[in-house]
Amino acid sequence: MDADPASRSGKSVGRTGDIERFEVEAINAAETRTLYSARTQIYPKRVQGVFRKLKWFILAATLGLYYLLPWVRWPRGVNEPDQAILVDFAGRRFYFFFIEIWPDELYYLTGLLVIAAMGIFLSSALFGRVWCGYSCPQTVWTDLFVAVERFIEGDRNKRIKLDRAPWSFDKIRKKTAKHLIWILIGMATGGAWILYFHDAPTIARDFLRGEAPFTAYFFFALLTLTTYIFAGSLREQVCTYMCPWPRIQAALTDEETLEVTYKKDRGEPRGAHKKGDSWDGRGDCVSCRACVVACPMGIDIRDGAQLECINCALCIDACDEIMVKVGRPTGLIAYDTDANMARREAGSAPTIKIFRPRVFVYAGALLLTAFVMVAAMSSRATMNVNVLRDRSLPFVMLSDGSVRNAYTVKIVNRDNVERIFQIDVDGPEGMAVTAIGEKPVENALEVAAAGDAVRSLRMFITMTPEALGSASMPVTISVSDIETGEEAVNSTVFLSGDR
Amino acid sequence: MADQDIDEHSGVETTGHEWDGIKELNNPLPRWWLIVFYISVIWAVGYWVLMPAWPGISGYTKGLRDHSERANVAADIAALDEARAEATQRLINAPSMQAIENDPGLQQFALAAGRSLFGDNCATCHGSGGQGFPGYPNLNDDAWIWGGALEDIKTTIAYGRRSDHPETTNTIMMAYGRDGLLPADDVSDLTNYVLSLSGQDHDAAAAQRAPQIFASQCAVCHGADGSGDRAQGAPNLTDAIWLFGGDRATIYETIWNGRAGVMPAWEGRLSEAEITALAVYVHSLGGGE
Repeated sequence: MDADPASRSGKSVGRTGDIERFEVEAINAAETRTLYSARTQIYPKRVQGVFRKLKWFILAATLGLYYLLPWVRWPRGVNEPDQAILVDFAGRRFYFFFIEIWPDELYYLTGLLVIAAMGIFLSSALFGRVWCGYSCPQTVWTDLFVAVERFIEGDRNKRIKLDRAPWSFDKIRKKTAKHLIWILIGMATGGAWILYFHDAPTIARDFLRGEAPFTAYFFFALLTLTTYIFAGSLREQVCTYMCPWPRIQAALTDEETLEVTYKKDRGEPRGAHKKGDSWDGRGDCVSCRACVVACPMGIDIRDGAQLECINCALCIDACDEIMVKVGRPTGLIAYDTDANMARREAGSAPTIKIFRPRVFVYAGALLLTAFVMVAAMSSRATMNVNVLRDRSLPFVMLSDGSVRNAYTVKIVNRDNVERIFQIDVDGPEGMAVTAIGEKPVENALEVAAAGDAVRSLRMFITMTPEALGSASMPVTISVSDIETGEEAVNSTVFLSGDR
Repeated sequence: MADQDIDEHSGVETTGHEWDGIKELNNPLPRWWLIVFYISVIWAVGYWVLMPAWPGISGYTKGLRDHSERANVAADIAALDEARAEATQRLINAPSMQAIENDPGLQQFALAAGRSLFGDNCATCHGSGGQGFPGYPNLNDDAWIWGGALEDIKTTIAYGRRSDHPETTNTIMMAYGRDGLLPADDVSDLTNYVLSLSGQDHDAAAAQRAPQIFASQCAVCHGADGSGDRAQGAPNLTDAIWLFGGDRATIYETIWNGRAGVMPAWEGRLSEAEITALAVYVHSLGGGE
């Protein structure tokens, strides 16, 4: 454990039979963990297998979505942007395919965040840190950056050698090429980000011409820089030191959670194994440390669950490859539960318990939020009416002793076509309704509201002294679309003071 | 220094200052602090060159960037005017004031502009909601001394009333008592008569003595029946609304001292478009005569 730094970063120390063995200690291990230590470079070795393939697929899918989604068009008609996903700060709208959210409906975003939180709670309870291991942007971009690094500098051993070698033309060439490609990926990341906030083709052209707004260049530079630094040099440090999520996660998992697990009961006692030797009286772990050199977090999974482990499952692939070679069943490292390890040691059969109280709680909360969201979205009004009674002068007495109240009626037309609305005022007997610029007939009037806009109307209710009743009388202002019949009812009052 | 005083515990040189046997160590400044300090010095020099910095006798160093917050504000205001130019032009070019109110988009622009202009210029006297104060008309009711139609309101705002504008109106209510035009008894009788016009409690015997005085002195402006005359800004005395107050003491005071409330002219202080917007806003407060 107290190996000198040179051997800690490790190298191949020869082969036993078919198996390459590594003289290497985990860079991050509980015993060597200090409150602060300088970063030691980790050189994850390439692995092949089911989980590696799955990770490539998820990487392509998530990055593909991120880079290409802003270019997807979604026709909405005249005067509306045709971008499928658009956060339009200037126009104060959020477009998501067929959904258009106004600023006053931002609570839908809260619902979305609750769903996201419950989704990640549920997945954590079931499968541990699957979010971290497969789809977290930090993991995905780091994976891509490591792939670039491997493509240019070679696999683990070559990279270690290159880093130790003195500066040469070849080293400068490789390092320059790597950082250049990293920066290009970072620029693509920053470049794609700003597309979500403007019409993509327009902002792309303005951006290249130097005519885009300052914020576009700022966020482009910010995301280029963070991508380059987080995925290029910080890597596992982001997960271990910067991200709060791993600490929260520990509270969401339990002993029945499926996590990337080294099956101690099967692996121990570990030790080198020569071909032809008996497997009796020993474990299946051949101490080849393939899992250690494959780990992008620099840990030894055989030490058990630890805070650095992002459950990326690359050690499963690495170990399975070895198990096949030594002729033992795969799955020495696999998705398994702590409870199963205890069960096997106690001699009973392992089992997967999915239906646990916490799973029901998380799934229930998730379904409930999703249901509320769907219900709210599908019954969403295409119009809103706000009636604002004048308050700086609650009522005014007129020359004949009548009392008048003023109201501002705001009709929000969320549709993108002009609509005609009928306003009906229902109030105390004897009232007279007037409006600025309109002529109400029998306390009702029709007004037009332009598409995707707010129509504001100033309205007055006057009551003669004889008709006046109590100091406060209820008034109902209902607004309905004369074509669809969609109606919004607002309650307000007519005030006349004590008399 | 020839004889350095080295502190034996820390091995650091002291400054030689000593208080009650305690010596001050001469530690170097922290490196980060020094770096920040040097950067600040370089920054300051760059700032002197680029930005306005040093005061002089008759001005200040302008800097290479020719930066001026005043110019920035002026540019921002110009940009805002530019952005509003189209709507502003439509306000000015509207065929009539009524046409503005009939166009929901233009009306909304005028109301928004009018609301802020009202807060800046009018609310001091007329109140934030236009509710008025004694002597300053309530703009929400239907008693318009000089007329409540859009054009009337615009005229009042532009030229003022009893203002220093050449187009303004200058009729006043004379001080009948103070200037000796009427004896105190007649003023008292008139007060009762005016109270009777709006149906308030009054001394009927005193009111009986006043019609002739009213006809000869007051009817010219307020009309034979006391219903007022907007052309002269003479308020209606028969309704429930009183500019200065409708109680006996205030009416007596009004007749005795006269009244000549002043509304300043806004032409020249506000632009044509601003006055139009204000008129539309005030009209919307008052129920739209």
